[in-house]
Amino acid sequence: MTIPANLKYTKDHEWVRIDGEEAEFGVTDHAQEAIGDVVFVELPEVGQRVTAGESFAVIESSKAASDVYAPVSGEIIAINEALEDAPQLINEDPYGKGWIARIREVGDEHQELMDAETYGVFLQE
Amino acid sequence: MNTMASTGLQHEEPLLFEYQHTDADSISLPGVDDALPVSLQAHCRQQAAGIPGLAEPESVRHFVRLSQWNHGIESGFYPLGSCTMKYNPRVNEQLVRLPGLAHVHPDQPDDTVQGLLALLHGLQQALGEIVGLPHVTLQPAAGAHGELTGMMLIRAALDARGESHRRTVLIPDSAHGTNPASASLCGMRCVELKSGSDGRLDLDALDAALDGDVAALMLTNPNTAGVFERNIADICARVHAAGGFVYGDGANLNALIGKARPGDMGIDCLHINVHKTFSTPHGGGGPGGGPVAVNDALAPFLPVPRIIREGETYRLQHTDGQSIGHVLGSIGQVGVLLRAWAYILAFGREKLHLIAEDAVLNANYVLARLQDAYDVPFPGLCKHECLLTDHRQEKQGIKTLDIAKRLIDMGFHPMTVYFPLIVHGAMLIEPTETESKATLDAFCDAMLEIAAACEAGDTAALHEAPVLPFRQRLDETTAARKPVLTWPQTEQA
Repeated sequence: MTIPANLKYTKDHEWVRIDGEEAEFGVTDHAQEAIGDVVFVELPEVGQRVTAGESFAVIESSKAASDVYAPVSGEIIAINEALEDAPQLINEDPYGKGWIARIREVGDEHQELMDAETYGVFLQE
Repeated sequence: MNTMASTGLQHEEPLLFEYQHTDADSISLPGVDDALPVSLQAHCRQQAAGIPGLAEPESVRHFVRLSQWNHGIESGFYPLGSCTMKYNPRVNEQLVRLPGLAHVHPDQPDDTVQGLLALLHGLQQALGEIVGLPHVTLQPAAGAHGELTGMMLIRAALDARGESHRRTVLIPDSAHGTNPASASLCGMRCVELKSGSDGRLDLDALDAALDGDVAALMLTNPNTAGVFERNIADICARVHAAGGFVYGDGANLNALIGKARPGDMGIDCLHINVHKTFSTPHGGGGPGGGPVAVNDALAPFLPVPRIIREGETYRLQHTDGQSIGHVLGSIGQVGVLLRAWAYILAFGREKLHLIAEDAVLNANYVLARLQDAYDVPFPGLCKHECLLTDHRQEKQGIKTLDIAKRLIDMGFHPMTVYFPLIVHGAMLIEPTETESKATLDAFCDAMLEIAAACEAGDTAALHEAPVLPFRQRLDETTAARKPVLTWPQTEQA
């Protein structure tokens, strides 16, 4: 179970990578393990505004469909279109090729998210 | 494909399209003598239909062999949680095939179907009495259709009192997936309520969500974790105080029959999966029946036609000012409804409670035998089904799916897996009231054998299972990622 030190985490097992004015979202290694083999990802649209804590994508596995919640607010500037043909990227590389969306005008909610150490403790509980 | 492969007299069977020859016809059509009328020529098929040509005996054998691969409640134990796979008494099958019941037409005049209407009216009254909600429609064709009907009734009642802004439906995260689907289809906005640590609805989460836009709470009791919502009266009072209705999903009614009534708990509207609770063969996906029972507040909005009794005669009432109208093209799935009435009458008012007692006893017997070998996420007595997880086996690399597949090799239909979603690696076991102790023991022995093999690190058979059926472990992931839904007709002209 990997938890990269340079990311922030939500209690719903999303990660966010803050990159200046922009941010990238995805789901954690723990999340992809719990969801199982991903078979379909319903992606948001570029230009859509997302609000922290609200569902912006859906991940389907053979077990269930799971909402993905935005870790921070902002406007979507890019989505990972590779997931349309290769949803398994979320299982294979959740923090890299399995990213879901990029946003700009990042809200300041990320101050309240967990760092890697806190998320690790949260998972233990 | 070798079409002759067999194990003993159990036959391997190819798809219809995989039969080698395509020229045999089991039906000879006479053809058309003259030129087609102009009006039909546009509809002429341009290419061959691509229907495989099989002789009649081949067709019959194909479908009979496939049926022999099937597993049903009549071939073995079928503890599929949340599905209530109880035995379907043979006498009910005889009853619904009586010519006077099987051969009537839905549009026959009322005075020619008095017997049938009398039976359906009797069922309607009995269902109302069993659930404590006196006004019943038999029309909905199955459970989710009942949910949609119930949502439409609640919406109509809110509109009638000038509260059309109330469009939020609160749904616990343990709910059946049909609940949010039905509410959404009815134009409602769904809000998910997180369950508490005991698997029950969290009252604080409910209070936080109860605002002036709430139309209803949709609740299953006992819930999908197999536990009774012991705060149900308080829950209903809070929703009512906030101006909303409480919709009861009757999927788990088998735990309550003759013991407790949803209407007495404060629930306003409930659907009853009669094919489950009162026995109809339903493993193949239907037909079902989802009668909806309501209290006085919702009664004016019930669908038409309604079955009305006037003295010793019965008639269908086809219009009523506030009714939401028809939800089905007939008065209901008559065959399913008649089986339900027969099941109820076989017990009678005095003995009906035995259904719930035996169903709950059987589930708790299974729980008691398995609780030292498997993780029990919500300890204590369960209702009609018990919930386990793979938490202990996971340490040996064995997951719920492996356990379920191994059960197939051991002669049992698996339990429901990975539902409810509120626990990791769920295994939901519902034995129903119609299983003997010997059957329950055989199933528990198999489950304990699997747990013991895990404990001993002897897990090879679990990873490979099932090895005995014609089809071994299917690749569900590829089937979902790259579904092939049509037979490639490459050889067609």
